[in-house]
Amino acid sequence: MTGIERIRQAFEQGHSAFMPYSVLGYPTRQASLDVVKSVVEAGADLLELGVPFSDPLADGPTIQAATQKSLENGTTLKDCLAMTRDLRVQGVETPALLMGYINPILAYGMEQFVADAAESGVDGFIVPDLPPEEAAEFESLCVAHGLALVYLLAPTSTPERIKLVAEKSKGFIYLVSLTGVTGARSEVSSGLKEFVSRVRATTDTPLAVGFGIGNGQQARTVAELADGVIVGSALVKRAAESPQAVRELAEELRHALN
Amino acid sequence: MTTSTIEVKGKFGPYGGQFVPETLMPALAELEQAYEAAKADPEFQAEFEHLLKTYVGRPSPLTFAGRLTEKLGGAKIYLKREDLNHTGAHKINNALGQALLAKRMGKQRIVAETGAGQHGVGTATACALLGLECIVYMGEVDIARQQPNVFRMQLAGTEVRPVSSGSRTLKDAINEAIRDWVTNVETTHYLLGSALGPHPYPTIVRDFQSIIGHEAHAQIQEAEGRLPDLLIACVGGGSNAIGLFHAFVDDKDVDMLGVEAGGSGIESGKHAARFAPPPTDAEAKVQPRLGVLHGTKSYVLQTPDGQIAETHSISAGLDYPSVGPEHAWLRDQERAGYTYATDDEALEAVKVLSELEGIIPALESAHAVAEVIKRAPKMSKDNVIVVNLSGRGDKDLDTIMRELGNKKNTN
Repeated sequence: MTGIERIRQAFEQGHSAFMPYSVLGYPTRQASLDVVKSVVEAGADLLELGVPFSDPLADGPTIQAATQKSLENGTTLKDCLAMTRDLRVQGVETPALLMGYINPILAYGMEQFVADAAESGVDGFIVPDLPPEEAAEFESLCVAHGLALVYLLAPTSTPERIKLVAEKSKGFIYLVSLTGVTGARSEVSSGLKEFVSRVRATTDTPLAVGFGIGNGQQARTVAELADGVIVGSALVKRAAESPQAVRELAEELRHALN
Repeated sequence: MTTSTIEVKGKFGPYGGQFVPETLMPALAELEQAYEAAKADPEFQAEFEHLLKTYVGRPSPLTFAGRLTEKLGGAKIYLKREDLNHTGAHKINNALGQALLAKRMGKQRIVAETGAGQHGVGTATACALLGLECIVYMGEVDIARQQPNVFRMQLAGTEVRPVSSGSRTLKDAINEAIRDWVTNVETTHYLLGSALGPHPYPTIVRDFQSIIGHEAHAQIQEAEGRLPDLLIACVGGGSNAIGLFHAFVDDKDVDMLGVEAGGSGIESGKHAARFAPPPTDAEAKVQPRLGVLHGTKSYVLQTPDGQIAETHSISAGLDYPSVGPEHAWLRDQERAGYTYATDDEALEAVKVLSELEGIIPALESAHAVAEVIKRAPKMSKDNVIVVNLSGRGDKDLDTIMRELGNKKNTN
């Protein structure tokens, strides 16, 4: 089964898919692997594994600080692939997407990177500073390896862009719930319903919503609208405490989606 | 299924483009459309030109540097005096142009980044003039070394927000400005200060700065009856350089030279010379490579793992790890050359120009002057150099006094 197929399957479980985000190498290499295992045990349907970058301009303070710490721990893109391989060796079978910025991928060498990622058990990618217009080469490499390149849509996206991303995005479409950077917010964006239905009218591809979702109640609200719920910053904050603290929040989120 | 046609926009050869989060893609399209309309609108152009004349004080003079020419004993040296603009640098040209554009687009809130503070001051000033709300992001390191400019922005009613992430310099200020823009994109225009960032910024900034070269083109012909042999300008992001170069690109006999910040020397790894040859050590922490930073593909100083490197320059305005994409393209085509001057050479140039011409250049511009000092003596007396004096040194007096004082003490 290809990475794209494994990801699509995660949206066919009869409930909204839960996709927790964690930062590889944070707070330490080992602890980040424990965090991933704890969200898997809590029932994650997909994994979004954050690759640290020095200048993460789509991220808010929580993820900035965590990725910075991971870089200080010496985490490289190569390490992130090795960690994914470790997770697979240790029995984690949940479909996994690497979320990272384009520059480290260019430095690694795009072709080699996609090949190594496929080899390491990665199923897909989310690259927030690589819109479809700039992604031709990366996209064709992903296609060749059966890996999903997931594009994002935002509340500002025009009908033309929704159509473009709907055609291009593989596995699912990542809907950014608000205009802004990552980070938990007190309430789910009031325009989300309208935004999701605008996209839904264009495509049957699964829609997963992220940015600003931090607790069970918010997750439930979003799950009523979309096919998947992505939670990042709130879990990353817990990761600073312990994998157990992450697991508790992940269980709350998981139950909210059932 | 019909497939959407994808238009890849804003490329200079393999450089440039739009590497930004989806949220900003529609805003960039809107900006491009608004800019194209403004460019074609004689009324907009007339308003811009009127402000450049009556508010900025353009045209800026082209000054023959007689004593410097005599001292160096080679080519005749002319200074394009952007330092005489209102607010003391070329930055005001672009700030005014974009502020007018923002107003035309109905955006009442402006965010900007600043390194040396000159773009921040230019933006704060333009916003005061046009009645726009203005927020400027500035790295904590730069705030400490450019205090007078912080006060000038505040006096003009701008909120200066300190940036404490990363290297706490220009790069991090741009990150924060972009994050603000992503959050407030519907009401806010991001007034980017250099010829970099995602399309259409490199083009917009170049166009608003190209007045420098257009004036110089006419002025040097009036003074010398011919075009110059060589143009020299410092290059951080590269807006003053592209502003000077643009009008001369088709004049194939005019050589063009950009001067980057050599910091403490290339071998030290503490510099901002993106076009410098790569270090012999493949594991060295600072490598110039093709990469993506702040929405554009260009040369980027980075680690072997693709993390953006921390740069160093005595001048905050050149202290940036990437360079405008059009410069990378001019270099590939061998239409422009690029070199660097170190901190020490720039300081020496401040002294020389101050003593011989009574003009204190900004530390950024002093890098260009440093190259003039190296190059003019090797050229014939019939040759003509035009150097862009992009800003004045008032903002740098503390740094200059401290550094020159230290040198005196250690000599």
